[in-house]
Amino acid sequence: MKTLRIYATQNLGLLIAIAIFLVLYLIYATQLSRFGMNVVLQNANEVVPLALVSMAQTVPVLLGGLDLSVGPLMTMINCIASEFLAGDIWSVLFGCVLCLVIGSACGLLNGCIVVYGRIQPIIATLATGAIFIGVALFVRPTPGGKVDGDLSWALTNDINELGYTYGWWEDLGWFGLIPLPAVFLVLVVLLVWIPFRRSATGRGCYAIGSAEGAAYMSGIAINRSKLAAFTLAGFFAACAGLYLTLLTGSGNADAQQAGSYTLNSIAAVVIGGTSLFGGTGGCIGTIFGAMVIRAISFIFRVIDENSIFGFLASPLLQSLVEGAILLLAVSLGAARVFRVRNRLTLFT
Amino acid sequence: MAYLQMRGIAKTYGGVRALTDVDFACERGSIHAVLGENGAGKSTLIKIIAGVVQPDAGTMTLDGREVQFSSPLEANAAGIVCIFQELSLMPDLSVADNICITDPPRTRLGLIDSRAQRRRAEELLARVGCEDIDPRERVRNLPLSRRQMVEIAKALGRNPTLLILDEATSALTSSDVTKVYEILHQLRNEGLSLLYISHRMHEIKELADTCSVFRNGRHIETFPKDAHTDHEVVQLMIGREMSHVYPPKPKWDTPPQPVLEVRNLSWPPVLNDISLTVGRGEIVGLGGLDGQGQRELLLALFGVLRGVQGEVLIDGRKTAIGSPARAKSKRIGMALIPEDRKTEGLMLPMSIGANISMAAMPMLTRGLVIDRSREAQRITEMIQQLQIKIGGVGDPVATLSGGNQQKVVIAKWLMTGARIVLLNDPTRGIDVGTKQEIYQLLRRLADQGTAILFYTTDYDELIGSCDRVLILYDGKIVRELVGDQITETNIVASSLNLSDQIERAAAEARA
Repeated sequence: MKTLRIYATQNLGLLIAIAIFLVLYLIYATQLSRFGMNVVLQNANEVVPLALVSMAQTVPVLLGGLDLSVGPLMTMINCIASEFLAGDIWSVLFGCVLCLVIGSACGLLNGCIVVYGRIQPIIATLATGAIFIGVALFVRPTPGGKVDGDLSWALTNDINELGYTYGWWEDLGWFGLIPLPAVFLVLVVLLVWIPFRRSATGRGCYAIGSAEGAAYMSGIAINRSKLAAFTLAGFFAACAGLYLTLLTGSGNADAQQAGSYTLNSIAAVVIGGTSLFGGTGGCIGTIFGAMVIRAISFIFRVIDENSIFGFLASPLLQSLVEGAILLLAVSLGAARVFRVRNRLTLFT
Repeated sequence: MAYLQMRGIAKTYGGVRALTDVDFACERGSIHAVLGENGAGKSTLIKIIAGVVQPDAGTMTLDGREVQFSSPLEANAAGIVCIFQELSLMPDLSVADNICITDPPRTRLGLIDSRAQRRRAEELLARVGCEDIDPRERVRNLPLSRRQMVEIAKALGRNPTLLILDEATSALTSSDVTKVYEILHQLRNEGLSLLYISHRMHEIKELADTCSVFRNGRHIETFPKDAHTDHEVVQLMIGREMSHVYPPKPKWDTPPQPVLEVRNLSWPPVLNDISLTVGRGEIVGLGGLDGQGQRELLLALFGVLRGVQGEVLIDGRKTAIGSPARAKSKRIGMALIPEDRKTEGLMLPMSIGANISMAAMPMLTRGLVIDRSREAQRITEMIQQLQIKIGGVGDPVATLSGGNQQKVVIAKWLMTGARIVLLNDPTRGIDVGTKQEIYQLLRRLADQGTAILFYTTDYDELIGSCDRVLILYDGKIVRELVGDQITETNIVASSLNLSDQIERAAAEARA
């Protein structure tokens, strides 16, 4: 019982995000006339790129910084991947590894600028973000690409479809209906995020975000943790870019879309219970934050124009309402102001 | 040969000598107390041992081998662990995470083994007698006294051979203090060296085997605990020559008319039932050892703190001061010269002129627009009045020397025509000449009718410039010294909350 209470208080943000998501998704599902696994698959496909790019945002935020280059980096990887995800299995695999390595290297570059250049993350990544968009435009001046159609189809469907496409297996029953995007997301969390969080370096990131001075005095390798955090952000952004490539089957150096991914990633991080001051939260909450954001836009598609909320059905209002919800979520994060006893501490 | 041996250690901070030619030794299996007033060099000594700062000269040997530490990590590896006054815990991590932060137990895969970590935290917490703390709890949710116990458990977890405690008991409850004493005695019997810094004489008497007194950055004497009486220890700690010239104090026939009156002000746990008055034309000093609530008292009066209990009366009328903006309003007319001029006093990149007129802005505007010519004229007046040495009024204030920067802060508040001036250690880190100008200025302001509440860590200044001195200890005013009572012995003794015994001893000595 006590374990439960401690878990609940320490993961309040995550639990709230899950609850909001469930409510929103339930509304959406009941409004939809034909709800089924194919809808879930489509939704999952829309969630995963945002979830991955928001995970990328989470790591620098845990340090107490913001990374404005996650959207641009994702876009750049998207453009590079659109050149390489073709040919036989080995060249596709090579392409994937190449993209992940480039993404991690770009994250490491951000980290080096922040650690050795002593520049605030928000400024450093604003600049590198512009560079990444520049590279993306250079690689792919016009939208397009030579992504293998079968590959794109097989990897963005459910498990059954993967088997059919390559003739590996037949109908696997309910198991075969699990969407592959969800499988990818779970794999990234299990193989990358959880080990990172449980490593000394990951612990160091939380410590830095919580109290950098105390972390230093406790003998934590601060620079190493920061470099690792930004590298991991680059890796997650590259995963997002790769998946976006599979989903769209092409590359598109769209600066506006990159910016909107960055903004939504910050929103997802906050809704998922990670403090913008650093030190608390994590990627699991962020994934639910991303699901909440997507669920809001799903609902816009199904609002009945004749109901009392009919006026909301106008797509013109979507940005306004999303913005208002975002503002509300961020304000909840700032509620600590009411508990401060020494007002001077607000400014440090 | 002693376990830790320091020879010829010296350290200066930007021209200020913190330590001069210090020889110091610390034995195995003993508790060694370090005593001294504010600025005597205790903290610098500890920071050098713990690898936080590096000495300018001198050598240090540990267990016979010469050592040099360039970071706390290296000192830690050599077995030196320090519990600092400011806590070194990360509030968002759990207790177990904090305790094991430097060297967490790992699984075969190299990841942190949270179960083993929790067991280790439980063991260490049990060792300091705090089984009631759940290792999974976040440190942020623990009260201060518990956090301090976690800090001690964390230090023990690093297997120290030399453990340094810098005011480590300041936030503890009395039952915790007893536990800590037991632990420390036990550690001593296990052969550890313990360096203990405390401002509480009774603690030192109970704990220490050996005492060392520091004064003005020099090591004065090391002696076994019972070799000196309290009175003699106080005498060792003072004995400093008066180095500044102060303006003469006025004679008070009748007490001045109170301008600022405070009744039963509390801000738990830091401030505790404080009552005081400051009269027209009076300079009242706040004394005591650093960190006994003086800073918070000034902030509370200036409307910075929330949840302050008690009453504040201005000119005999009860007044609520909710913010600095309210405090500086015409009706109250209060000014606070803050402690850290770089963060709380000045906007460093802005011009000297803009900084000086910052607080008096409402008096310089006509409608919505700043009256530039009037502003320029008032700025020139202030610069002349305070003799601030500047290149041009438009230069950034960051280009000035420390002393002149402090004058800019004072000028800023004088321009508002404040009737009540609160000062938080205004002479820290500035040159002797400017200090003397500030003393003259304070007296001049007082003579013109300003009420001044003056906190300083320099006892000399309390003696030289204050009409009355209030000594704080543990957030309470423990002593009020008036006129001839303001002596170094009285100040030091009351700062250690020893006043009665010392006075008796002094009286006996005179008799």
